[in-house]
Amino acid sequence: MSQQAAYTPYHPRWHRTRVSTWWWLGRWSYFLFILRELTSLAVLWFVVWLILLVRASIGGRPAYQQFLEWAGSPILLALNVLCFALVCLHVVTWFNLAPQAMVVRVAGRRVPGWCIAASNYAALAGVTAVVLGLLLMRE
Amino acid sequence: MTDHITLRVARYRPEKESEVTFQEYELPCPKDWVVLDGLNHIKDRIDGTLSYRWSCRMGICGSCGMLVNGEPKLTCATFLADYAPGPIQVEPLRNFPVIRDLIVELGDFMSSLTRVKPWIIRQVEKPVSEGEYRQTPEELDDYKQFSMCINCMLCYSACPIYGLDPHFIGPAAIALAQRYNLDSRDEGAAQRMEVLSEHDGIWGCTFVGECTKVCPKHVDPAAAIQRYKLQAALDWVKGFVMPRAAQ
Amino acid sequence: MAVTPAFDVVLVGGGGAGLRAAIAIAESAPTLRVAVVSKVYPMRSHTVSAEGGAAGVIASDDSLDEHCYDTISGGDWLGDQDAIEAFVREAPEELLRLEHWGCPWSREPDGRVAVRPFGGMKKMRTWFAADKTGFHMLHTLFQTSLKYSGVVRFDEWFVTRLVVDDGRVQGVIAIEMATGRIDVIRARAVILCTGGCGKVFPFTTNASIKTGDGMALAYRAGAPLKDMEFVQYHPTGLPFTGILITEAARAEGGYLINKDGYRYLQDYALGKPQQKPVFRSMELGPRDRLSQAFVKELEKGRTIETPYGPVVHLDLRHLGAGLINRKLPFVRELCLKYQNIDPVTQLIPVRPVVHYMMGGVHTDINGATPLPGLFAAGEVACVSINGANRLGSNSLPELLVFGARAGRAAADYAATAPEPNGHALAQLKDEQRRLETERVQPGGREPIADLRQEMQSTMEASAGIYRTAASLSAGVGTLRTLQERARDLRVEDQSRTFNTERIAALELSFMLDIAETIVASALQRQESRGAHQRTDFPQRDDHKFLAHSVAERQADGSCRVRYMPVTITRWPPAERVYGEAPPEGTHDQGMKDDRSHYAPRRAVPS
Repeated sequence: MSQQAAYTPYHPRWHRTRVSTWWWLGRWSYFLFILRELTSLAVLWFVVWLILLVRASIGGRPAYQQFLEWAGSPILLALNVLCFALVCLHVVTWFNLAPQAMVVRVAGRRVPGWCIAASNYAALAGVTAVVLGLLLMRE
Repeated sequence: MTDHITLRVARYRPEKESEVTFQEYELPCPKDWVVLDGLNHIKDRIDGTLSYRWSCRMGICGSCGMLVNGEPKLTCATFLADYAPGPIQVEPLRNFPVIRDLIVELGDFMSSLTRVKPWIIRQVEKPVSEGEYRQTPEELDDYKQFSMCINCMLCYSACPIYGLDPHFIGPAAIALAQRYNLDSRDEGAAQRMEVLSEHDGIWGCTFVGECTKVCPKHVDPAAAIQRYKLQAALDWVKGFVMPRAAQ
Repeated sequence: MAVTPAFDVVLVGGGGAGLRAAIAIAESAPTLRVAVVSKVYPMRSHTVSAEGGAAGVIASDDSLDEHCYDTISGGDWLGDQDAIEAFVREAPEELLRLEHWGCPWSREPDGRVAVRPFGGMKKMRTWFAADKTGFHMLHTLFQTSLKYSGVVRFDEWFVTRLVVDDGRVQGVIAIEMATGRIDVIRARAVILCTGGCGKVFPFTTNASIKTGDGMALAYRAGAPLKDMEFVQYHPTGLPFTGILITEAARAEGGYLINKDGYRYLQDYALGKPQQKPVFRSMELGPRDRLSQAFVKELEKGRTIETPYGPVVHLDLRHLGAGLINRKLPFVRELCLKYQNIDPVTQLIPVRPVVHYMMGGVHTDINGATPLPGLFAAGEVACVSINGANRLGSNSLPELLVFGARAGRAAADYAATAPEPNGHALAQLKDEQRRLETERVQPGGREPIADLRQEMQSTMEASAGIYRTAASLSAGVGTLRTLQERARDLRVEDQSRTFNTERIAALELSFMLDIAETIVASALQRQESRGAHQRTDFPQRDDHKFLAHSVAERQADGSCRVRYMPVTITRWPPAERVYGEAPPEGTHDQGMKDDRSHYAPRRAVPS
């Protein structure tokens, strides 16, 4: 039963629905959006990870060994796997949205969206290959 | 083949109640009927007190935007048969104040439209006697997509940012600004940038992308906004590095 | 007590004509206080649905005289030639001005504005913005009008009556729909730009808002309506919805075929079928003749039966997907959405639907009506440039040309007119009392929708494409009865806030008045001319009826029709010839009275 309205003639009250704090659970696309935004935390984690790794390397063999043991613990492993998955999501959403944000013209014709996305992935594959090559190269 | 369907319609009568209620109506469901036909049937035959906006019934005037099962849709372009056996829930557009039943208040949107200066701005106007401004079909294609907006506001209804902050200028307004910025005849990009680089302008957008998903005319306002952000960032850098050239 | 301030010029209606007029006043007389009062937000106005294009002479091989001749002959010589000459002269300028305001006209590869052929036109002169010309024009006008912050808008205010006192118009009384408040907007001059009245018929391309409001307001205030019997049926509307399939589809080369796949227009003095479109021939003939051909085909049993009535087919398949996507994308979208048909590979079912009112509020060449202070422009007005039948792509430039003229004329008038006197407030109190009494009175017995449908079917039966004295007289009688029954309308909604049922009741009352003027004028015109076809008087009679019919409301509420001469300047009346090139020198001389080009007409059983 809705309560009686306080109505002044010729001055109707508009009805405003409050947006709930859990608005982002209301639709799958909103949830994915929030998840996508949270992936930046995973990126932050890997930056921190890189700093810790560099510090451990500078500290010499014992510090590095300690770091590797710590890295091998189940919690860290799980965290890194989760964050890797989130970073992959970060990459995929970023690359797939890039065509909407950029209009690239080659010889007067507009480059189609999938080209831009594909070239980003290609660049990623290229850089990955180079980095892997450097890391796995034997002395 | 369902020949009847139930519509659960949101009602709001400010003179009698202060909350939104739902009323159910059962109506025939011929395969050619759109939701708007259903609402018209209700108003004509069942309950004359139902209020809603409509006009062209061909998806060009933008009057009949409503939520159909929670999705922003043009009710003149949404077929009842697609939701059979129903029931179908019809509500006023989300994120706007409701005046009555399925009718929402558009004042904010109308002022956002005016704020972005949606007209051709030029330093020097050419007299009409000198003929048209030349514009090649390629130049027309640059902005054509953004000129298709029918102001139906489904994008505002889908945008969670606008829902959380009604001061956000919104997807359609920014797409319209971009339509003029990209028009080869216009020289007012700088003036619009002043308006849009404010906090409630383009920077309010976090590229959720829902606006583009619900747009019935494929205007892609999300693209307009992101491109604008890129442009704004480049302009800022240019202004920093080469202040004279950026003027 | 009036809350609203007074203005110098008030525009009723915010479509193409209204917005153009507002801009004209804001530019020519910036100190005047201007208000635009519209029952919908301006971008919802029906101008938005126009698709095909706007005619204006710009091609080097074209001339103003040829556009004049096409318009005059298209109108079966009922158009006022001085107005047509002014219109044809100002149309290109207005379209260019709109281009300067940002209208995205489709272009040639070199960047100049492109033109396409159109029905009834001898040369290519129809400017277009893909196939959404009205949409782009309206949005350009609306967005440009936002530049003029001095123009005050009353969005979603429904005008119920004109304030007339001291022999002149002094404002309007309107309901603020969102709150139910009834107020008077006083003005020195009022311009009506409310569009036509297609909703008086059951089957129309028109939106729900086209209920003849301005025509009825003027009629009730004592201004005459002109040429009301001329109702245009557009030959190609979708069955069931009545949605418009633009003439541009035919201009780009579409064929109209009957159930045998035969291009039937060749049987009706519209020329011989060619592969490519030929100006003023076959599918590019004038709309009245094409719609009449449909009725003839129906009589011969050569139309296709569908659950929604008889149709013929529009064949666009030979145009190819490329052309359709480039020049007719909206047509493709509409067919796919509303008929589940892809015009690239399938035939489109079409039938004639009511589309435009050639008639309307009588105005002079500057939009002024005989009632001082009252002006009109656009479809609501009858200047007349469209005569007995409008050519496609003439109505969009009409909005601009006469919207601007009426705006300037109203501004000139308002600059010297006296302020509205105090009697406006007394009329406001009367109107408030009337409307409020109606709002709270206990339910009547006649449902609005039923009465509306009866009116519509009466109009279709009595004043359709072909009319007889019997059908029209019956119509007059039925409409009188409906007027009586309308006193007892059942309005369930007694609220004030956005009461659309109350608005529907007011609109129905307007429509009934207008319907009466249509049948009364049609009954008295005992000839066939353009869109008005009488099977009992099948020939054109220039002797008695080369005149405008003028409908005026009498004190007892009935409609009296008298006649007013047509202005002829340089084109004496001649035969309308389509399907072949007019003989040498036709456009500046009359032709001899040669009837061999007409197809024989047969009586239609009523």
